[in-house]
Amino acid sequence: MNLATFIQNILNSLTLGSLYALVAIGYTMVYGILRLINFAHSEIFMLGAYFVFWGITLVHLPWPVAMVLAILVTASLGVLVDQVAYRPLRDAPRISALISSIGVSFFLQNVAIVFFQAIPREVYRPQWLEDPILFHGVRVLPLTLFVPLLSLVLMLLLIYIVYRTKTGLGMRAISKDIETSYLMGVPVNRVIAITFGIGSALAAASGIMWALRYPQLQPIMGTIPGFKAFIAAVFGGIGSIQGAVIGGLTLGFIEIMTVAFFPDLAGYRDAFAFVLLILVLMVKPTGLLGERPEDKV
Amino acid sequence: MRRGRTILLNVLAIGILGLLLSLAEAYCNGYQTQILNLIAINIILALSLNLIYGFTGLFSLGHAGFMAIGAYVCSILIMTPDQKDMLFLLQPAYDWVQNAQAPFFAAVLAGGAVAAIFGAIVGIPLLRLGDDYLGIATLGFAEIIRVVANNIPRLTNGALGFKGIPAYADLWWNFGWALVTLYVIVRLLQSNTGNVLKAIRDNEIAAKAMGVDVFRYKLLSFTVGSFFAGIGGALLASLLTTIDPKMFLFTLTFNVLMIVVAGGLGSLTGSVLAGIGITVLLEWLRVVENPVNLLGFSLPGIPGMRMVVFSLALIVIILFRREGLMGMRELTWRSLAGVFSREKA
Repeated sequence: MNLATFIQNILNSLTLGSLYALVAIGYTMVYGILRLINFAHSEIFMLGAYFVFWGITLVHLPWPVAMVLAILVTASLGVLVDQVAYRPLRDAPRISALISSIGVSFFLQNVAIVFFQAIPREVYRPQWLEDPILFHGVRVLPLTLFVPLLSLVLMLLLIYIVYRTKTGLGMRAISKDIETSYLMGVPVNRVIAITFGIGSALAAASGIMWALRYPQLQPIMGTIPGFKAFIAAVFGGIGSIQGAVIGGLTLGFIEIMTVAFFPDLAGYRDAFAFVLLILVLMVKPTGLLGERPEDKV
Repeated sequence: MRRGRTILLNVLAIGILGLLLSLAEAYCNGYQTQILNLIAINIILALSLNLIYGFTGLFSLGHAGFMAIGAYVCSILIMTPDQKDMLFLLQPAYDWVQNAQAPFFAAVLAGGAVAAIFGAIVGIPLLRLGDDYLGIATLGFAEIIRVVANNIPRLTNGALGFKGIPAYADLWWNFGWALVTLYVIVRLLQSNTGNVLKAIRDNEIAAKAMGVDVFRYKLLSFTVGSFFAGIGGALLASLLTTIDPKMFLFTLTFNVLMIVVAGGLGSLTGSVLAGIGITVLLEWLRVVENPVNLLGFSLPGIPGMRMVVFSLALIVIILFRREGLMGMRELTWRSLAGVFSREKA
């Protein structure tokens, strides 16, 4: 492997990794607050990409407008899912909400099959993202720079919200102790709704950029990236936003680099993440930055 | 109710089932027989998942993986070497795959046994995890099995899968195995082991404090559950006569989970009833996916609609009737007798 290919691989890993990271943040935030694995998150990711597609093809919106609108619509959808399917189960055993989220995931996926049809669709890509730049003999797609940069901006925005605003304070309080937060006057349900909104917006952004990177839309396109992003969240330590980012980037690097160095293993690509998951859970179930949950008697 | 009378009633019930099956064999058409067969297999799968999740509290999402193992092992054993010669087009099979052969009963048993071995192997590291982590890890295991099946063409014929698997799994085999599953799981749960499993489900820490070797019992339940999942997969392979890795997606686990939740976590009767009901419902829902001719208007079929209705049903059940059809109650001869003679009950 020469230097140029190596640099391209690094950029590819960064792109893939930041896409995973954006989705992983949504998983980790919801888990941190509700202790719920939100299976429907991967469908939110998929729907975000579809909304952009329909915004452009049906309503003829310009690309950036379609993208912003799609993110907003998807965020509202995420809030709606929480209100309908998870909120009534707040006091139920945790597994009930988990089963509900599996149901929602299958529901959204099949609604997408019904309304959007299962045939893969081509995605419009703005031309300026496609013309490669030649930089000292390294061909760089603007896309592989655009995706990590936009992700970085979104993550900084998120960190600002979580650590510098009142809502963010509420989120951190709820993730420590939901009962006490109620008592302290934190508007728990509103903060949870906002959390779902933010997580879904990030998933939508990731889905849209995923569709730019791998320009094909399918109703099942969210499943595998969704699982992998969840694994990234577990790897980084579920509940921790920084952990989700580290986990996502690590997973992106592992996937791209393993295939780059050992092309024979390409067929097993989708299994890497799961092997990593099982290893992490065996060695350090709390992940890199996670806090140890206590066994309450 | 005395023991002797219970046995008599059980024998009687099995006799009636046998009679119904021979009637079904004589009068049902191929499609109806297929549905009956699917009912039996779904009951096996639901009972095994209920043992793992409903009675031991281990949230496992790996059923599709164990079914895949059972299905592949059984298929390899019942196909003739000539058939395998024709089948493995891309790359010839390994010699031991090529030459392995066994009668149907032994092949199904082997499918279950290999699934159980895998269950024990993945159970040892994974069962130490808490509930939702266990779910996601077992789901990961099932995905790994699928990816591996895709990538070892000399063992599994890769993405093409197997076609023309001999269709030995008739009503008698399927319902026979369903009865065996029911019997083994009932006996297991009625024994002291069963009480320990339920204790672990209800409060693991308390069980540990009482000196129960929690891990050993979890492993036992998980292994027995994977054994019957393998049996179910093996029968399914022979019933459908074709398998490929795509068949064992998460959707398959989802269907079984749906049956268990709808029937009631911790109720074997519930699993049996929901197994019947949901299998019929799923077939009946195929109507909405096929084009219909209604009063001269032809409505196009809507692909995907079946699963929309199905997943909506799961959400509604979990939101409004979390305990499912039966809750944790069972239908026994004793409770039936109670219904007929009120004063005793």
